[in-house]
This record gives sequence, structure tokens and C-alpha cells, in this order.
Amino acid sequence: MGAFRIDEADRPHLVRLLVIWIVLSAIGVLAVLQIHYPPYDQTVQGQDQSRTLALLTALATPVFIAVVMMVLYSAVFFRRTTPELVDGPPMLGNTPVQIAWVAISAIVVLFLAVVGIATLASSNVAHAVGQPGRAIGQAGGQTGSGTPGGAGSEMQVQVIAQQWYFTYRYADYGGVETTHLYLPVDRPVELHITSIDIIHSFWAYQLGVKADANPGVDNIFHVTPQKTGSFQVRCAELCGLWHGNMADSEGQVVSQSAFDIWIAQQQKDFEVISKAVPSYAPYYFPEPLIKGG
Amino acid sequence: MVVSERRLSLPNNPITGIVLAIPGYFAGVWLGTLFGLDDDQNTGIILGYLFATAAFLIGIGFLNYPLERLFGWQVTPVTDPAENTGIGRFFRLSLDHKVIGIQYLVTILIMLLFGGIGAMLIRTSLLVPDSTITPPGNYISLIGLHAVMMIFITSAVIVGPFGNYLVPLMIGARRMAFPRLEALSFWVVPPAAVILAAATFWGGFPTGWTGYPPLSVQAGQGMDSYIVGFALIAVALVTSGINMLATIIGLRAPGMTWTRLPMFVWGIFTTSILGLLAAPVLAAALIMLAMDRTVNTSFFLASNGGSNYLWENLFWFFGHPEVYIFILPAFGIIMEIVPHFARKPLWGYRTGVVGLFGVALLSWFVWQHHLFVSGIAPVLRPFYMLSTELISIPTGIIFLVVLGTLWRARVWFTVPMLFCMGFLFNFLIGGISGVYLSDVPTDVTLHGSYFSMAHFHYTIMGGEIFALMAAAYYWLPKMTGKMLSPTIGRIHFWWMFIAFNSTFFPLFIVGLLNMPRRVAAYNPDLVGLNRWVTISAYFLFGSMLVFAGNLIYSWFFVARPAVANPWHARSLEWQVPTPVPAANFDRVPVIVAGPYEYGIPNARPVADLGGIVGATGGG
Repeated sequence: MGAFRIDEADRPHLVRLLVIWIVLSAIGVLAVLQIHYPPYDQTVQGQDQSRTLALLTALATPVFIAVVMMVLYSAVFFRRTTPELVDGPPMLGNTPVQIAWVAISAIVVLFLAVVGIATLASSNVAHAVGQPGRAIGQAGGQTGSGTPGGAGSEMQVQVIAQQWYFTYRYADYGGVETTHLYLPVDRPVELHITSIDIIHSFWAYQLGVKADANPGVDNIFHVTPQKTGSFQVRCAELCGLWHGNMADSEGQVVSQSAFDIWIAQQQKDFEVISKAVPSYAPYYFPEPLIKGG
Repeated sequence: MVVSERRLSLPNNPITGIVLAIPGYFAGVWLGTLFGLDDDQNTGIILGYLFATAAFLIGIGFLNYPLERLFGWQVTPVTDPAENTGIGRFFRLSLDHKVIGIQYLVTILIMLLFGGIGAMLIRTSLLVPDSTITPPGNYISLIGLHAVMMIFITSAVIVGPFGNYLVPLMIGARRMAFPRLEALSFWVVPPAAVILAAATFWGGFPTGWTGYPPLSVQAGQGMDSYIVGFALIAVALVTSGINMLATIIGLRAPGMTWTRLPMFVWGIFTTSILGLLAAPVLAAALIMLAMDRTVNTSFFLASNGGSNYLWENLFWFFGHPEVYIFILPAFGIIMEIVPHFARKPLWGYRTGVVGLFGVALLSWFVWQHHLFVSGIAPVLRPFYMLSTELISIPTGIIFLVVLGTLWRARVWFTVPMLFCMGFLFNFLIGGISGVYLSDVPTDVTLHGSYFSMAHFHYTIMGGEIFALMAAAYYWLPKMTGKMLSPTIGRIHFWWMFIAFNSTFFPLFIVGLLNMPRRVAAYNPDLVGLNRWVTISAYFLFGSMLVFAGNLIYSWFFVARPAVANPWHARSLEWQVPTPVPAANFDRVPVIVAGPYEYGIPNARPVADLGGIVGATGGG
């Protein structure tokens, strides 16, 4: 083995490739950093996702350029020039190069994993993907949200999915049920996502929220809106006939005062039907319990 | 002792099979209606499909041999491979691995046509952002049929035709270890495809290929097609897996040591391990789903104490190794073909094998990355994020081996080589986009969107199907005895490569811009991109027609006979005559060198085909 020795015949190729790679990668990384990545910055969590997307793209660009460059370079410079078949130099492998390649890819992968786990562990995104949080009354499902409700400033909103629409219940406002999701700006929200029939997935694109709605499970997702504006809600898990139409573009992040006016109106409207609606619970099952959920 | 004089003389062919399958189906339906607990006939339909399949296999002749052995009955014999000539042998139960390879090839090409037509209908529907072209019910049936048909195809498209045909030739064997199992692994595929297609009579099934309950329990009778069809494919994966492993381990010619084994055989070897171990999990999950649908168990129904997470975990415990079942043979093909056209030894043979095994091993530890947003325990996420990202290390090794082989090579730019290079480009994009999906924070936005759809089409179509095309142009001359036109081949490559990227790259953007998978109605802002994709998809379909045209043109109109070794390749399968003799080798060959020793001074030919009198298999 010994030192890392570069073959005389390899040197011109390597120098050329290195120069091309550095130039193209620099241009490429600068270019991809100009892009605004979804889901933009309406929520703290969405902004974290945008940043991670930018980071991944900036890291992927040099890797992509390196491999494509090698393939194209081989196609151009290592093409057979003679009409008759000739064999190339019998190179059987090079242990230092192989070790270096594995080491570099391992470093990139571990760096990505560390960044990913760190983002996951930071309070924002950790909550965003469903860390145990304040639960309503009893233990939730697979999110492990068994912690009893403590004092917190988070607003609890329950998302109830069914074929083929979402409704929302505001725990802090007497369990009022609404057909659109309104959230006050700058207030942390604890979404409790559940389903009363089959699996759906609650996707509020601009909020950077996606969480499956499972029957019998209270799936928790934390989000903090930081900008007012409207957002779209869609179902992201195939749920039968009208899955494609299970969408609502009237979600709103509004100021606290506007929210107070809106929720008061909702409570007044809800008064009439509140007796027919089951009381607020972590999840619901239709009665009687029948096959098909 | 009275030896039974009974003689069954059914003509064993697919027509007998179909004639028996029809009463088989109705017998199953009758039994199910008699004893079934459910009132919507699911029991009867599932039994009907199973009875029909069994009857079809009996009609093909699968019972002949066991009956003969068990009871001494004289039944129509399965003919000896050497006597089994003529076009008719492709329509009968054959124990010749070369015949089974061709049977698989033709069957899968026909299935591919239907799967592709499904894709075209899906894209046509997406020309408009609402459900006006295709009603939503038809749309979700279409995506389910397209998805499951393509999964059937891609599970077998390399192992079936090329694995069966080439593995014995490449290791110096005269047959597979278990020829009857090999035949069974083929003959369950046509019934699986027909049963899947039968779902259309019941209005299809609404779940896509993942079959998530409770929707799949709630679904109509089309769902039964999914269950039985998929279970038959699981049978094919298990039988083919155990057969390939036994063949590669036990039937290698003398001198075919593990370090002389061609890379394609290593690809088949690793994929067979995965198929053998993963498919039973699918079968178990499907049986539980069938019970939920028929005898009112509630494995997967939360309202009666079950959990849909049970299905999600079982399905993806099978499902993630399954996608490596698709790609490992493709890796094998690329590492096999590139040295022959680079005219250089494979750069890092052992490293490449380690890469294949690394992918195969890690594929068991990643399945919950499909469930990041499903509500799984948060503490599990970092592990599955790390394990998923770790797969890029062995995958990177495979890229390194190929790039090292190309380094300072004398590349002969044939059509197979073009497809190998196309594979490298497409699979690179597919692999990098996989990292985006493995990262939990970004997966929150990307999961279930067109981004993930574009990702797996880049890996499966851009990867596996491009490798399949490389294999087709490379090996079909040996298998069919006819060269394919290189001119049409080049047109095919460039057409397919450009149309493929033009179809699927914009879908990454569509996914980032808020379009979920499997919807007939979408955000009208995205109509421009979707129309671009649809037009590109038509061109992509056109490129497949160019391939079909090349097959027809080269086989029937030009019919330029292939010489034994058109690529001047060293490996063993090119040293036998074309067409390949019925017994493959006159004598068991003795392997004296590796398959990729190009440019090595005084390298010996790969094998002594004269053989040693009395030599036996095993190595």
C-alpha cells in the first residue's frame, strides 16, 4: 500500500477533472442556493424544512456534478479510437482509492445524519414531527403522547379526517367544531390528528405540516405560524373515491384579534348542533362498531 | 401388489389449463357462497381465484410428476429437454431453463404493454386539473392496476427472463437445481396477471399498491384480485429465490470459484436472498388481510381492537427489501456489461460484491422510513433516518466500481453500453432524491407527494428498466439467435433517455409545489407542468414502441443471425454456440480464469469447454 501514489498516466485526467469539478460545483452550489425552497416561511417548522432542503441540495450538487462529469468524461476521453477492438490497461482496483471513496461517502452520510438528528432534536422540528407533548386527557396512539396535560401556552386543535373532508375542533374553546382551519399568528399550536374511518394524511402545505390521520390514534404535530396568510389543506394518503378532492384552500393564519372574532362566531353557530356532536375526546369511533370502521 | 393401470391423458397446455380453470373458479365461488360468513362474496371470489389457479397449473401438467411418483400412474410425460423442440415447447410445461427464460420474457413484455397503457391513461387524465377526463373512481382503479401490474413486472423482469436463461450458462451448469420449481415460478405469473386484470370486472381496487387497511377492508371485490394476485407473485419470488440460491451454490462448474462468479450472478444471488426472506412476510400479511375481509377478523381494524400500523409495518418490512429485489439484478447487469465494453477488468471485483451484499443487508433495517409521518414513536426516527442514509455507502461503492472500470478504458460504444451510462445518470438522480426523503424534516413536506413518485420512477424505470434494456440488447442475440438493429437501438436509447428525463424530472418540482400522489384533481396552477409531463410520457411510450419495433424488425424482417460471440466477450455464456444447445455444454466445463481479465498478459480463456470426462458439478 504505502503512500497515495498517483500514476503518471492518470495525472492529466485528474487535474482536468478536478478543475472542471471545482468550477462547476461552485457555480452549481451558488445557483441552487438562489432557489426559494418550499414550504417557505409561514411557520417556524416550514422554514426549518426549507433550510434543510437548501442544505441537502447544496450538498447534493457537487456529488451529482462529480459523477455525471466522470461518466461524460469517460464517454468522451476513454472512447476507443481504433477500428479494431483493443483491451485497456488491466487495472484490478486500488485499495487506497476505494477506502478514500468509502470514507468520504461515510463522512457525507454521517454529516447529513447528524444535521438531520440535530434539526429533529431542536425544539421546533422535534415537535413538528410529533414528540410527546401535552395530551388531551389520556394516552394517545403511536406518537407516544402519554404525558398528562401540563400548563402550556400551546393552543390545542384537533383535526378530524373522514371520507372526504377535514373538520377541526378547538379544545380551548369548548370543543367547537369548524370546517376551516384558522390559526392565530405567533402562537404555538398543538395539532391532534385523528380519523374516524380510514387512514388519511393531513397536509397543510404552507404550514409545513404533514401527519397521518389514523383511526383510533391521536397523532400530534406542533406548529408555530409566524406570518399571516392563507394556506391549503389536502389529504396526502389515498383514501378512496374522492381523495383528490379532499382539499380546502381556505385555511387562514390571522392576527389574534381577528381569530377571536372568528372563533366567537364559530362558537355561536356551533351552539345549535353541539348536542348532536360527541363530546371532545382524543379520538372517536362511529357507533355501532362495524366492519370497515 | 397391484400397480395402478390408470392413465391420464390430458393434453398438457395452457388451453387445457384455461378449460379447467373456469370450472375451478365457479367451484370456489360455490364453496365460498355455501360456507362464507360475509355477504359480499369475498370468500367465494378468493377461493375461486385460488381454485382456478390450481386447476390451471394441473392443466399445464404440474401434477403429472407427483402422481406418477406417488401412485405409479402413467400420465402424459413431461418431455425431455433434448426432444422438446419447435415453437410448441414455449406453450407447454418445460423444464428447460432456456425455454422458461423465453416464456418469461414474452409474458412480461405483454404485461409491460398493459402496465404502460395504464400509465398513458393516467397521464391523459392529468391533462386537466379536475376529474373530467376520467371519473375519480376509474382514476384510482387505474393507478392501482398500473402500480400493481408494474410491481409484478419489476419483481421478475430481470430474474425471470435473464436470470433463468443465463445463470446456468454463466456458472457452467446444464440446468437449474429445481427445474420444476423454476417452471412453477413462471407459470404462476400469467394467472397472477389475469387475476389482477380481473379486478376491472369488480370496479378495480382503491388502494394503490400499498393496500393500506382499513380502506382495503372497506373496498369492493376488486381488492380480492390484489390479494390473490400479489400472493401468487410472492410464491414466484420464494420459489425462484430458493432455486437460484441452490443453483448458484450447488451447481457451479469445477473451477467456478466465488471470486470468478460473474457480477450478474452475484446480483441474482443477493436479490434471491431478499426475495426468499421478504415474500413470506407479504404472504402472511395478505392472508391476514383476506381474513379481515372474509371471516370478520380485525387484525387491522382499530374500531375492533386491531391496528392499521400492523399492516403498514408488515407491508413495508416486505416492501423495502422488495425495491432492492428490483435493483440488485440491475446493479449486477451494469457491473457485468461495463467491463466487457470498457475492455478492462472490473475495477474492484471484491469491493463490488461487498457493495451488493451491503445493500442487501441494510435493506432490512430501513422500512420505517415509509412511516415517518404516520405517527410512529418519535424515538425511532433518528435510527431509520441514519440506516436509510447509510445505504448510499454501498450504492456509492457500485458507482465507484463502474467508474473505476471506465477509467482509461477503451470504451466500445454499443447500445448496451449506452443504456449502462443512461442507468448511471438516472439512478444517480434517483439515489440523491432518496436522501431528501430519508431526512425526516424534509420528508414531512415530500412524503406522499409527486416528489416521492418521481424518486421511485427514477430508481425503478430509470434504473431497473434501463438496465433491462442494456441486458436485452446485450443478451438477446444469445437467447434468440438474432442480432438487434444497432441503429434502431441508438434511436431507441436517445429517445427513451430524453423522454424519460423530460417526463419524470418535472415531477420532482410538481411534488415540491404541493401535488400529492394518486389524485385525479389537483391545483390548477400546476396544469402547465402536468401537460408537459403528459406529452413527454406519450413520447416515452413511443420509445417503448421503438423497442418493440426493433424486436419485430430484427427478428422477423431482417433476421440477421447472431454469431456465437458478437461482443468478443470473455465470459462463459458467450463461449457456447448460438443457438445454445439443449444441454448447454457438451461436457461440464472446467473454469480456469475469471470473466473480466481483459488486457492481462497471457490471460487464459475463461474455461476449458472440452471438460474432463466424468467431471461433475459443484465447486
